[in-house]
Amino acid sequence: MTMRRDEVLKLLAAHCPDEIVVPVYQSAFDWMKIRPHELNYLCTGAMGQASSHALGLALGCTDQKVLILDGDGSLLMNLGSLITIGSCAPQNLWHFVLHNGIYEVNGEFPIPGGLETDFSSIATAAGFPRSYDFDNIGVLRKALPEVLAGSGPVFVCLKVTCGEHYPRHYETIHDAAQRAQFKSALMARLSPSPS
Amino acid sequence: MNPADSINGPSIVNELKKARVNFVIALPDIVTCDGLLWPISRDPDLQLITICKEDEGVSICSGLSYSKNRAVLMMQHTGFLDSINSIRAMGMDYQLPIIMLVGLQGLEPETSPNESNHNGVRIIIPMLELMQIDFHILNNQSDVSSISNLIDSAYMKSSPYVFLVPRAPL
Repeated sequence: MTMRRDEVLKLLAAHCPDEIVVPVYQSAFDWMKIRPHELNYLCTGAMGQASSHALGLALGCTDQKVLILDGDGSLLMNLGSLITIGSCAPQNLWHFVLHNGIYEVNGEFPIPGGLETDFSSIATAAGFPRSYDFDNIGVLRKALPEVLAGSGPVFVCLKVTCGEHYPRHYETIHDAAQRAQFKSALMARLSPSPS
Repeated sequence: MNPADSINGPSIVNELKKARVNFVIALPDIVTCDGLLWPISRDPDLQLITICKEDEGVSICSGLSYSKNRAVLMMQHTGFLDSINSIRAMGMDYQLPIIMLVGLQGLEPETSPNESNHNGVRIIIPMLELMQIDFHILNNQSDVSSISNLIDSAYMKSSPYVFLVPRAPL
């Protein structure tokens, strides 16, 4: 059983209306439409780097919850980041991986391991104190409050299929004005630093 | 090596602090490990994050740059070369203040990086020039004293900056 990605993201958006979110590729395009927000961090630049950007944000903004909406192919490019995150253990970081087994925006070619890779077990072995797997939207809906409660780092693997196709606005992802808007919103959110 | 040509590790750490750097992201480099990384690991004023691969560090520094913190990424020149795509994206395309301290492992004594017999060392400066990333070589102690101002300037301009470390700090 798998879930539609747009259903999953809408559910997540309902529970996380105001958090810092680092989405990648198709999840980023979907997320921009489902939860437009100044604190969407779209500027990860190089494939595979979302988890490390999010770690930087989590370390720098310890009173803010930071969510990653990673891709399976993207995470494969930066698996070591799971060890780094597990080692740093930021309490404000939630790492979601949308696992569909393909490089969706790069021709839908299968990723190594396809749908067989057990990402949550890898995360557990890397030091995440909590890891989850979901492939049923009803189960996810029921469990999400518990998943999002408490302390991180938390890892969540979501088995998904494509849902509604949202347009791929690459220019927005790389837009300098979007980055400036994120920074301005983050500065406004952060409490004054002790000087 | 003439001690007068050496650079002093604690003074580099002081320059980092003077520039209000509070995070050091690092993957051990044989040139800087003993004289810089180990002391930094024991310094309560600097939060050290060790990474598995250098491009992670570029991205962690990027995320941190949006907060009220300052970071330096320490790595060997091989790690710099391995991270070119991330540095291209965050440094060149997005002009984020990614501050890198790069050890030139293998550089021969009394040789400039551009004249090294090691391909990896010899291509670093041409690569930086091609990428239009400003850099400063820490050849001797007088070069160390400008570190804090150069970091301040990189943050003010929001642009990447590289410090090249040719020899092990003492």
